[in-house]
Amino acid sequence: MHIIDRRLNPGGKSLANRQRFMRRAKSLIRKAVHEASAKRSIKDADQGGEVSLPSQGVSEPSFRRARSGGIREHLLPGNKEYIQGDTIPRPDGGGRGRGSEGSPDGEGQDDFRFALSHDEFVDLFLEDLELPNLAKRRVTSTESVSWHRAGYSVSGSPANLALMRTIRNSLSRRIALRRPKSEDLQALREEIDALEESGADPEEVAELRAELERKLRRSTVIPYIDPLDVRYKRFEARPKPIAQAVMFCLMDVSGSMTEHMKDLAKRFYILLYIFLRRRYKHVDVVFIRHTHHAQEVDEDTFFHSPETGGTVVSTALEEMRRVVKERYSPDDWNIYAAQASDGDNTSSDNERTANLLSNEILPVCQYYAYLEVGREGEHFPPGFARRDSDLWHTYSILVRAGAPMAMRKVNHRRDIYPVFRELFARKPAGADAKRERAGVS
Amino acid sequence: MSDLLFEGADWRFDTIQRAHDAIERVALDELGLNIYPNQIEVISAEQMLDAYSSIGMPLFYKHWSFGKHFARNEGLYRAGMQGLAYEIVINSNPCISYVMEENTATMQALVIAHAAFGHNHFFKNNYLFQQWTDANGILDYLEFAKKYVAECEEKYGEAAVERLLDAAHALMNHGVHRYPRKRPADLRSEERRERERRIHEERIYNDLWRRTVPVKSGRAREDHSAEERRRALLQLPQENLLYFLEKTAPRLQPWQREVLRIVRQIAQYFYPQGQTKLMNEGCATWVHYQIMTRLHETGRISDGAWLEFLHSHTSVVFQPEFDDRRYSGINPYALGFAMMNDIARICTDPTEEDRTWFPAVAGCGDPVGTLRYIWANFRDESFILQYLSPRLIRQFRIFSVIDDANEPELVVRAIHDERGYRRIQQGLARQYDVAWTTPDIQVVDVNLAGDRRLILHHRALNRVLLDETEARLVLQHLADLWGYDVLLKEIDPASEAVLKEHAASPRGTILRPDGG
Repeated sequence: MHIIDRRLNPGGKSLANRQRFMRRAKSLIRKAVHEASAKRSIKDADQGGEVSLPSQGVSEPSFRRARSGGIREHLLPGNKEYIQGDTIPRPDGGGRGRGSEGSPDGEGQDDFRFALSHDEFVDLFLEDLELPNLAKRRVTSTESVSWHRAGYSVSGSPANLALMRTIRNSLSRRIALRRPKSEDLQALREEIDALEESGADPEEVAELRAELERKLRRSTVIPYIDPLDVRYKRFEARPKPIAQAVMFCLMDVSGSMTEHMKDLAKRFYILLYIFLRRRYKHVDVVFIRHTHHAQEVDEDTFFHSPETGGTVVSTALEEMRRVVKERYSPDDWNIYAAQASDGDNTSSDNERTANLLSNEILPVCQYYAYLEVGREGEHFPPGFARRDSDLWHTYSILVRAGAPMAMRKVNHRRDIYPVFRELFARKPAGADAKRERAGVS
Repeated sequence: MSDLLFEGADWRFDTIQRAHDAIERVALDELGLNIYPNQIEVISAEQMLDAYSSIGMPLFYKHWSFGKHFARNEGLYRAGMQGLAYEIVINSNPCISYVMEENTATMQALVIAHAAFGHNHFFKNNYLFQQWTDANGILDYLEFAKKYVAECEEKYGEAAVERLLDAAHALMNHGVHRYPRKRPADLRSEERRERERRIHEERIYNDLWRRTVPVKSGRAREDHSAEERRRALLQLPQENLLYFLEKTAPRLQPWQREVLRIVRQIAQYFYPQGQTKLMNEGCATWVHYQIMTRLHETGRISDGAWLEFLHSHTSVVFQPEFDDRRYSGINPYALGFAMMNDIARICTDPTEEDRTWFPAVAGCGDPVGTLRYIWANFRDESFILQYLSPRLIRQFRIFSVIDDANEPELVVRAIHDERGYRRIQQGLARQYDVAWTTPDIQVVDVNLAGDRRLILHHRALNRVLLDETEARLVLQHLADLWGYDVLLKEIDPASEAVLKEHAASPRGTILRPDGG
């Protein structure tokens, strides 16, 4: 008998199969990912985890008998009351009840559920997207350091001894101080021996002996390697620049915003959050809701607590400016903002909003997106465009004037992802230069 | 000094060795098992999942469906919804058993007794395995298959190989020979048979026949024989669809035929396992129960280990009743173990009833010998038909329900009483008969000289038709492989009436339109 320990064999043997499966089911998985993400809260949205695929997409068909029809016999254990000839009403759902479908193959019609890792999830989610204006990187006090080689030092641990450099120093010192070479000493000794043997010229022998004596003394006084020669590799701690971002979610919560509109907005925020998470190690989210006044709230209140009042958009921008000033210095943070609204605004506020946006908010933002959410099923026949809302009209003027912001209209859930992709789609280099410059300034 | 093989839950490799040796003595000396040499491999949970996903084989070619199974199993396992098997055993020589590193010492002993001796004996001795599988060659063949498929992927692209494997996998259940085939006779016996034929003809030669019986003048006969000849050449009707495609599909390339052959060979290798699930598990469970009992009696394992063993043994052989939420069919471990035990009882301590039902074995006094004979010569279907005793039917309270789609209600056909025993035996045996459980689909005709349309028949047993969606998908794969139209007729065997037809045309995804 042999016992073999296979535990040390390299793992991940089925990785190749998994990748093949992912590739095959890519479109299905992508769809499932988007559905799954809608059910989660913004901060959990990119945790990876389980998605379910409709089973027919990745089915492995085989010739199999149908589940109903014809004559079937079922043999079941655990009879309690039946005797031969009894009739039993047909259980609901065709042949499924009563365990009568004792399916030996175990194949159900259920969805196929499986877990995606965080990376797989995000990769699928954000394929081909690119974040604009990723320029700002700031060293902050709390983050970690990394070690880099930086020249040599005279002190250090033996493990860091720089051998080449030490020997080089030693060699140049020995040359400079004229430390006798061992070959020279050897040659001198041989000469003395030769002269002594021949017995001639004792005076010269004495002279040579004296010189040998002097050279030997010199070579002990000048050591082969002196502590002065020793060098160590030096390492330097450099603070790691960690990019951090804050994302502002601005939303109109006045009575005219329906649940459907809020849901659209939430989906957009989730996408943006996941997207930022991929690029920045640390992402803060700030929720600001507004009616005729604005306040910073937590996520739950933001989406679920109703509020009444008028609509004054500038209050939200004002609040955002306050938060930025207090907590998120534009020097340290990449600031992203997404505003969702049905487009209403008190008409007297429009100009103030435009000023605030172009003078205060946009200069500190990396990116500003305005999403106008509409009612479901609100479609106009081609050629009968809806009248632009107040806000849309106001912002369009800014955009036409070259302000670095993006705006889109969304009516239906299914539009969210395409719109998001459109906003962040990887663009040919240079196309975005103008906006970028404005954004970083 | 203590005789214990191990103490506590921890084990080391010498523990496994000691346990194996003790078990081997019981298995060979007392139970008289005949086994392949054992090879025990310790693996981790992830490796177990790996093995799960490639149908239990240690090495396999790559295909997305294995990734899918892996993902599913991993998900269930992570969520705690599914435990992993304690072991996987492979029908090979040497017989490889995978055991999990997380098992306790008791579990390792149990697993070795179960897999390395119980299953191993069954693999080596059962006639189906002897007939259909080559335990010596399987690992080498898998190695070859893996390499071959990988090479094909390199040469022809992953996508092409994937499409081919998809199609082949869809037909895998119909890629086995169900009956032993006529072996081509060797030349010496051919010669002998030819001589015998001639002698026979000379002996019965009678001029009278030649002069009196009119020779059928006949085109009709010629046509008929041409038809016969054509079908014979194509070996029609043919139920092994993959074999038929491999040999006759007009436009497949040689490598594609080889891949079909690989899938077919592997299907054939697994064919006996599907027919002997109940017996195989029954045999292994009975063997491990005997061995562990013996080890406990002789003081080789402690009372604590014995109780731990009983706990996992009883949960393995648990049979929920039909109205239980946990019910998911008859548990092969439960019924198999119960039948083995029952046969052992009949051999040593039969009742009057047993003597009338099983005159051959009742009271024969050699339970182990009888069981060894049964393990070697039966499969699930014949085993149940022969050995499911009335006593066991009563114990399990098995009853039979008929579900006729034309009737408004289900009818109880038989219960555990005098009138019902035979019917229950037959009914249950049928559930284990692959001829009943997999649809009977055969290639019946093709005109290679004409439009090359392939015609298949499904003989719909009891008018149970094929699942339509699945049938359409599989038929599409079949058409892709065949390269021309395919027609599947579902036929009621009683009246020969056509109940339904499915047709498919090739999409050109496997065979390129240029005939390549």
